[in-house]
Amino acid sequence: MTANGFWQIALILAVAFALSVPFGRYLARVFRNERTRLDPLMDPVDRLLGRIVGRRTLGMPMGWKEYAISMLVTNGLMGLLIYLILSGQGLLPLNPLKFPGLNPFLAFNTAASFITNTNWQNYSGETTLSLFSQMAAITFAMFAAAATGLVVAIAFFRALAAPADGGRNLGNFYQDFIRALTRVLLPLCLVITPVLVWQGSPETLHGLAVAHLVQGGVQRIPLGPVAGLETIKQLGTNGGGFFGANSAHPYENPTPLTNVIEILLMMLTSLSLVVTFGIMVGQRRLARVMYTVMALMLVVAIGVAVHAEQAGTPVLAGSGLMIHPGHGQMGGNMVGKETRFGITDSALFNTVSTAFTTGSVNSALDSYTPLGGMVSLVQMMLNCVFGGKGVGTLNFLMYGIFAVFIAGLMVGRTPEFLGKKIERREIVLAALALLVHPLIILLPTAWALASPGGVAALGNTASHGLSEILYAFTSAAANNGSAFAGLNANTPWYNTALGLVMLLGRYVSIILMLAVGGSLAAKPAVPSTIGTLRTDTALFGGFWFATIIVVGALTFLPALVLGPLAEFFLLYPHG
Amino acid sequence: MSEITHRTDRKAQAYQAQAGGLIQRALWESLRKFDPRVQIRNPVMFVVWLGMWLTFLLAFDPGLFGRAPEGAGYNGAVAGILFLTVWFANFAEALAEGRGRAQADALRQTKSDVLARRVKPDGTFELVAAGALRKGDRVRVERGDVIPTDGEILEGIASVDESAITGESAPVLKEPGTDMFSTVTGGTKILSDWLVFKVSADPGQTFLDRMIHLVEGAKRQKTPNEIALTVLLAVLSLIFLVVVATLKPLAAFLHIDLAVSTLVALLVALMPTTIGALLSAIGIAGIDRATRFNVLAMSGRAVEAAGDVQTLMLDKTGTITMGNRQATEFIGLPGFEDTAVAQAAMAASWFDTTPEGRSIVSLAISKGAKRETSWDQAQGLEFSAETRMSGTNLADGTRLRKGAVAAVARFVQENFKTSIPPELKDAAEAVARKGATPLAVALDGTLVGVIALSDVLKPGMRERFDYMRTLGIRTIMVTGDNPITARVIAEQAGVDDFVAEAKPEDKIRVIRSEQAKGRLVAMTGDGTNDAPALAQADVGLAMHSGTVPAKEAANMIDLDSDPTKLIDVVAIGKQLLITRGALTTFSIANDVAKYFAMLPAMFMRSLPEIGALNIMHLATPETAVLSALIFNAIIIPILIPLALRGVRFLPSGADTLLARNILIYGLGGLAVPFIGIKAIDMVLHLFWH
Repeated sequence: MTANGFWQIALILAVAFALSVPFGRYLARVFRNERTRLDPLMDPVDRLLGRIVGRRTLGMPMGWKEYAISMLVTNGLMGLLIYLILSGQGLLPLNPLKFPGLNPFLAFNTAASFITNTNWQNYSGETTLSLFSQMAAITFAMFAAAATGLVVAIAFFRALAAPADGGRNLGNFYQDFIRALTRVLLPLCLVITPVLVWQGSPETLHGLAVAHLVQGGVQRIPLGPVAGLETIKQLGTNGGGFFGANSAHPYENPTPLTNVIEILLMMLTSLSLVVTFGIMVGQRRLARVMYTVMALMLVVAIGVAVHAEQAGTPVLAGSGLMIHPGHGQMGGNMVGKETRFGITDSALFNTVSTAFTTGSVNSALDSYTPLGGMVSLVQMMLNCVFGGKGVGTLNFLMYGIFAVFIAGLMVGRTPEFLGKKIERREIVLAALALLVHPLIILLPTAWALASPGGVAALGNTASHGLSEILYAFTSAAANNGSAFAGLNANTPWYNTALGLVMLLGRYVSIILMLAVGGSLAAKPAVPSTIGTLRTDTALFGGFWFATIIVVGALTFLPALVLGPLAEFFLLYPHG
Repeated sequence: MSEITHRTDRKAQAYQAQAGGLIQRALWESLRKFDPRVQIRNPVMFVVWLGMWLTFLLAFDPGLFGRAPEGAGYNGAVAGILFLTVWFANFAEALAEGRGRAQADALRQTKSDVLARRVKPDGTFELVAAGALRKGDRVRVERGDVIPTDGEILEGIASVDESAITGESAPVLKEPGTDMFSTVTGGTKILSDWLVFKVSADPGQTFLDRMIHLVEGAKRQKTPNEIALTVLLAVLSLIFLVVVATLKPLAAFLHIDLAVSTLVALLVALMPTTIGALLSAIGIAGIDRATRFNVLAMSGRAVEAAGDVQTLMLDKTGTITMGNRQATEFIGLPGFEDTAVAQAAMAASWFDTTPEGRSIVSLAISKGAKRETSWDQAQGLEFSAETRMSGTNLADGTRLRKGAVAAVARFVQENFKTSIPPELKDAAEAVARKGATPLAVALDGTLVGVIALSDVLKPGMRERFDYMRTLGIRTIMVTGDNPITARVIAEQAGVDDFVAEAKPEDKIRVIRSEQAKGRLVAMTGDGTNDAPALAQADVGLAMHSGTVPAKEAANMIDLDSDPTKLIDVVAIGKQLLITRGALTTFSIANDVAKYFAMLPAMFMRSLPEIGALNIMHLATPETAVLSALIFNAIIIPILIPLALRGVRFLPSGADTLLARNILIYGLGGLAVPFIGIKAIDMVLHLFWH
């Protein structure tokens, strides 16, 4: 890592961490339904949206089941709408390039992908989607999925905060959903989008710019409402690009400044949500411990990735390329990276994107060094290094339940978390949530590798090919959406399999965690004594971290050994 | 607490004497447990059991699943180690059960068929077998008889040897009408005189029957916490099953052919078999530890709940203080030295045989009072509820009185028309403020002084309550005393709270209000009026000397009838949970080393570069896999003593406990297998070629 790179990373992280505190407080205000400065502007919008839902539904307190059902029904209807728009875009307006509707498999995959906040793309936006689809299906889904993730975490926090009525009121899904849109996502998009436009990102309904080249000939450059999509793509940890090249494309991410803004946008809500957790649950010290553990994992991941890319590989060094920085060159492994970002800002962008499970990329992961690529893979396998909006915090808390259960026994008490006993029901639910992630990654990966059709889609063989398929299903399961490339996944089998993995990865764990929340909320609180396990200490934070690594990450070690680690040891014979 | 580890009582020695026989019996019993119907109850070990049969088949026909990279010898070795793994797990459980079973056998012997004299309505007897007695029958027992069944005494008075049940050899005096000693227990022996009692339990329902069931673990059900842990372990196993099952196609893609026996070995090594094997032994041993303390837990759940207790409710009298109040001080009124008071008090108490009176005499002697010859012709005046005083009438007509201050003052005023010195009230109030009861002493018309009668704390109570506080447990003292006395005793004993002027129904009120705050409450009791509170409490410890309703309402019975045992029971409960948590941590932490042993071994031949992960430098892939598997097996018997004895429990706050256990069982769990696997590999390498 260069000194320049180090200070860039330090500065960006410092800004992100600093922003998360006031924004986390703001989120708490929003979801405690307190007054905000945006009210005069947004109250009329709320009323409008509220009318669609109906006043009675909006005022109804919801237990975990009602909350989960409302979430599922709303998401299901929106997913269906997206599917219909994508399949029927040929008949719909704003289709200047006359793209036909998507085939059912691709439409299913894309609808599932965007409603689940995954944004896995088995297509290139600029050659497949009409402007209407980009707005009404893609951008719309990005708002909806981000708001959904945010509010389920909020509902879980409310459950932990132990409502007085025994857990029958975790808030109202529709009200939370509307406030997430009008108080958080829309206002930030309205502010940030002009900045991206200023930096060169287009926001237009013109489908195509036609350039007459100096050397003769004509180049047709697709345009569209890019800047707005780009903002919610990053802010909502969505990650699906307007263009196939995603954030490497100069229209999506024109300058180093937009690169930094986009990194900060990806981090903002998931960082802040931990602060919000501390406030809403009344556990600020615990929130600090959680924040610290996640931040340390993130810093280590960034360090490994940036170091691996900057160091390059012995093969590159042996081929006479410049791998040491200097003389105006970045050095390192510049394969698949944009020169306007260089090593540090590419590796940082992609690491943040997989930690926060956004999935946007500004460089080609397939061309990363084995370790650099593995960092992204591991973060999605952990799925809780801050993680995607809302669900990352939930996953981290799920590991917390196991850590509490084992550590709680070690202090000689039936385990308690935040004053609530962790008993059979919570363990069953949390254990199923733990099970689902390796299950939906490893089973389809194995299936794909064992079937001729699965292997035929590969661009590479051996360990790298294995990594590509493993990455695809990991990305889908973690609702990340970034791709290792090299895999032509636009086949009926992959479209269906990845689509199902995305749906299971999203909703199974959300429902299970909401059920855990509901169960905890219904329990009487046990008063804390000196004999109670304290979860807000560095010691427990360390145990929590160890639980995540040993129970969560080691599960994937055999697969990693055959994929990126085998490549790594092959490239670096002496380890 | 220290007693738990250091205390060795008669029973513990008896256990050690039986140890050899127990192990032999457990070895046999553990073979019987290979029955799949037994195995399926423990999901983790059931998978190992299945793996054992699978590799066993592969040892005969290595090509069972197509082309086989490994030979029959290797498969046989894996099958053999898996057999040992299951056997060790069975052995741990059988050993834990065996200790209870041995005790049950001893109890059964006392229950040998005896004949009973059933009293017929006309008052005559008929001889019937003990098994024919039903609830409500009247039975007469005489000197030398074994009491045939449980009952409530109707007539007679007798001393009974209850050592068969309590282990206490001193006989107990039984008579009707007293709350405490008016029940008899089947299997005990009557040493003198006779009793007639009413049978209170049908055959199979007697205390002895229930006790046999309990110590035998025949009705053992998994506790909620044990079930939760079993679920967690099962899901972890399921995850590893997915990991291992998918590894075959993943490896096949890279043209690596993994042997089925190696995959089974990897699965077993990764699954939390250590805790899976020891889990039920830990639970049984927890109850057994309570039993060795002469506390009979009706369920494992009760022992577990004891670990969670946040409030202890204790009776003052008999638990915190010695049963009776004792004289602790003489205070002279103006004109009288304290020694003069001692002399008068001794004279007034000379014929008082109550413990209070005896304590006055012995205190007076220690203060220099002397026995006078004139007392030989004197007459004692007994205490009565009307006069509220007692005393001595000397032959010369002198009347000495001692008693409640108001009563003695009235006696002096009415009989001698003397005025009461104002200092009397001051002295009496000073005594009361210290939590003692003042008695006034009068010599005819003269008020001599005041005797302070105090509750005397049992030794070591303060330390015990301090210890409770370090565990985060609140102690509440319940007493019928007035609030002033109660406060002083509470402060002296160091309890956190007290309930004064308590009526029996106040106990249940206090328990409910504590429970409403989310606290788990433990209490002890013996009387029938304690029964509702014992039932309401999360942990109710009844004294064996108590009444039948009290014992039925409680979820634990202390055979020694020592209320302070509650404190030990809490420690046993905590120890049980800590042992479970510590061994789970150890088991899961072991996986790290096993990964580093097995993964490189599995892939080294095809992907030599993976050899870089072989950080332990294990000799060959085969020895690496077998070493990890052998380590996984032998760690079970190595940890059996720890599982049965329980992890050492040091009284300290949660943070200290956690730090200590993470250090030993977490970091130890990471390090130990690296050393163990490497050592086994070095040995195996000598033989395996």
